[in-house]
Amino acid sequence: MAQFKRRHFIIGTVAAAGALGVGWLAAPPRQRLVGKKPLGVSPGQAALNGWVKVGSDNTVTVMMSQAEMGQGAHTGLAMVLADEMDAAWESVRLEQAPIDGIYNNQAAVVDALPFEPGDNGLLKRGSEHVLRRLLREVPGLAETGGSSSIKDQWLPLRQAGASARLMLVAAAAKAWSVQSSECTTESGTVRHPSGKSATYGELAADAAEQPLPKDPPLKAPAQFRLIGTGLRRLDNLAKITGTAAFAIDAAPPGLVYASIRMCPTVGGKVASFNAAQALAMRGVSKVMTVDPVSGSLAATGNISGGVAVIADTPWRAMRALEAVKIEWDHGPAANLSTSSLFAAISSALDTQEGSTNLKKGDVAKALKDAAKTVKAEYRVPLLAHATMEPMNCTVQFANGAATVWAATQAAGVACDAVAKALGINAAKVDIRVPFLGGGFGRRYLSDCIVQAAHLAKATGGAPVQLIWSREEDMTHDFYRPAYIGRSEAGFDSAGKLIAWQLTSAGSNMGAPGFLGASSEGASNTPYRVPNIKIAHLAVESPLAVGIWRSVANSENAFFIESFMDELAVSAGVDPIAWRADLLAHDPRALRVLSRVAALSGWGTPLAAPDGTRRARGVAFHRCFGSTVAQVAEVSVNAAQEIRVHRVTCVIDCGVAVNPNLIRQQLEGGMIFGLSAALRGRITIEKGQVQQSNFHDYTPLRMSECPEIHTEIIADGTTPGGVGETGTPPIAPAVANAVFALTGQRLRELPLKLA
Amino acid sequence: MLTLNINGKTFITDAEADTPLLWVLRGELHLPGTKFGCGKALCGACTVHLNGVAVRSCVTPVAAAAGHEVTTIEGLDDAVAQALRRAWTEIDVVQCGYCQSGQLMSASALLKANPQPSDADIDAAMSGNLCRCGTYPRIRAAIHLAAKGR
Repeated sequence: MAQFKRRHFIIGTVAAAGALGVGWLAAPPRQRLVGKKPLGVSPGQAALNGWVKVGSDNTVTVMMSQAEMGQGAHTGLAMVLADEMDAAWESVRLEQAPIDGIYNNQAAVVDALPFEPGDNGLLKRGSEHVLRRLLREVPGLAETGGSSSIKDQWLPLRQAGASARLMLVAAAAKAWSVQSSECTTESGTVRHPSGKSATYGELAADAAEQPLPKDPPLKAPAQFRLIGTGLRRLDNLAKITGTAAFAIDAAPPGLVYASIRMCPTVGGKVASFNAAQALAMRGVSKVMTVDPVSGSLAATGNISGGVAVIADTPWRAMRALEAVKIEWDHGPAANLSTSSLFAAISSALDTQEGSTNLKKGDVAKALKDAAKTVKAEYRVPLLAHATMEPMNCTVQFANGAATVWAATQAAGVACDAVAKALGINAAKVDIRVPFLGGGFGRRYLSDCIVQAAHLAKATGGAPVQLIWSREEDMTHDFYRPAYIGRSEAGFDSAGKLIAWQLTSAGSNMGAPGFLGASSEGASNTPYRVPNIKIAHLAVESPLAVGIWRSVANSENAFFIESFMDELAVSAGVDPIAWRADLLAHDPRALRVLSRVAALSGWGTPLAAPDGTRRARGVAFHRCFGSTVAQVAEVSVNAAQEIRVHRVTCVIDCGVAVNPNLIRQQLEGGMIFGLSAALRGRITIEKGQVQQSNFHDYTPLRMSECPEIHTEIIADGTTPGGVGETGTPPIAPAVANAVFALTGQRLRELPLKLA
Repeated sequence: MLTLNINGKTFITDAEADTPLLWVLRGELHLPGTKFGCGKALCGACTVHLNGVAVRSCVTPVAAAAGHEVTTIEGLDDAVAQALRRAWTEIDVVQCGYCQSGQLMSASALLKANPQPSDADIDAAMSGNLCRCGTYPRIRAAIHLAAKGR
């Protein structure tokens, strides 16, 4: 997921970068091996570079800047370093990395540059170069998002592992008075043909004294021992014994708890409140207002202001909150509704063009000349993230410094936001990022963290834990925006597709128009059509909206893959053959399509065990550097309910660091997308979100889950993203299957048969 | 004052009688493995055993638990639990992990009542436990594996 405001800032800074000197710019992007400050070490531990420490007890500690929110990044990233280092997997430990430029997520930023697919021109290469250099200078951009953790740290972690290995070997060679080149390494031990051997732990202190190899040779893929294997997750044990620490489990001494009720009208605030009754209740120490807060980045709009109660237990804070009488200032969104939102988007589309993010040929002319045209309009609703762990944050502010326990995908940004709220320097903020109980983009935003920081000013130095109720979490999200997509295509008299255009409209999520954030997954379409135009029309509202797993790919894949299916039907061509024809130039896409066809039994008769009719639908999508195709198999019951029985998913992700975890992410991404496709919908009346808990915003249950088959194609040299890639194609695959079964084309999510 | 029997140990609490067991476990007894998800018995993240039966601790008043045997994820350590944990690890069930304490508590109650459950039995027993990461197919496979391996 892209970090729009930061990115905007960075791109804006490119022009100013000249001030740093032509020489600075001309030099190659700096290494990411060693940070500005040396790593802290415990007794017996030696830091060999900015990514790894080795202890005399043989532990290998990998510095982890990325948040673990279920996507398996901790395990995958540790595997990359451990493999190049020849570390023993059982000896690997993780430690949260400090905030330093070497951990900045370059891939997430560079991938989001507004260049057309296949463009490798001077401007693109130059911009990337400058950005990568700048990213070394601005600390705190180690965001976890955009399916980019492995992609970004693939090279730095391998270099760090290889460099550390060479230092350990050099230390052994020196001690044994032999040549380094004669030594070998395996599972945390250096060996010499003479029979001498030493463990990494024994060598660590001396290794740290060796010169730092800055450009170490890397393994050839055939030499990998861990990469490509399905090692079990490092966090399994903690998560099956209840000992995994989440932010909500932070329990520093003297902890007090806060509960908050925010203005139910989105973006509103407190007009006045009466806390007399609440303050008389047991354990209650304080009742105070909290101002509306922004999300800090990758979002637009504010989370409503509210009233918070601080008490000695969570339950007493919650109970007392119910006793506070609050008058609200409903603000500018008091008349907002889902229908007014869609009406505004629709009428904007009637009169405005938006910004063009991809243009080839002359679509207008080709459509005018076409022998046949096809038009369709699609709609997707607002969606909540509904992470299982509700928003919460613990902050202690004492003696001018703050300690923060926060589930965040953007620790550096959260740090800055807390510092600003408390009026202190960011260096005075110590942020601890435990496991995240789900992220999905929601935890990019610092709103709840900033609220907790404000509360921490009122507790006399005691740590305070703010916990949102599920109702607050559901009604005060940065929702996935609602969008309308309008597509039109033209065929020539021979039946060949000659023109295609898509204009989507809805929020651009706080990004400047030229970045085309909401065209992601459309403006970089691999489909080749002679005349093509992809545009986005930004239509904003007071509602807080932001990024949601797979960001704009989530709606654009539905718009495009539904329309491609309509075109295939109109042309009388098989839907997979239709796509293959438009992707004939793209061998990776063709292979994914042909594998999904073979694995799903595409084209073969379908028979349900009980004799009910079933049909298949296909969708294809490329995002985050990976290519995915899915085939869904559906039926419809007498009550017109759609049931998805089986999904086949094929991904080409270049390199598969851990195939087991990739399958896990594909399954999870599809089920997440299927929850949205079948019933995900946030609605608004009079400025207030109508859903409040899991009874009216219900994710899929186990009994509703399809059987899932996945296949991974991995014969590339660089890894593509994985964590979000399963989500975009599932809604159109199901909608297309429903059409094949019923003849009804469902152009709106969630899918509902008439 | 209420006397609680949690994981075989006795605790005294002066929490108000209507305080949900969840908050006493987490806040007072420092057993944070039981998770807050919805507060309305809609998601199952807070599932514990009350006399061996899976209940949602977010809507169970602490007074209703007094005098009964309460087991939380921290105290789940019998043969069934061990089989489930082996299966959970072998199949790599967990993702974010937040719902998994509750999933394991429900799975354990199921296997004790029904050592060889069918898919339909598993669906019925586990349908109250939500997971946003989509670990369901692996949970189902792990329950079957645990049932087989015992």
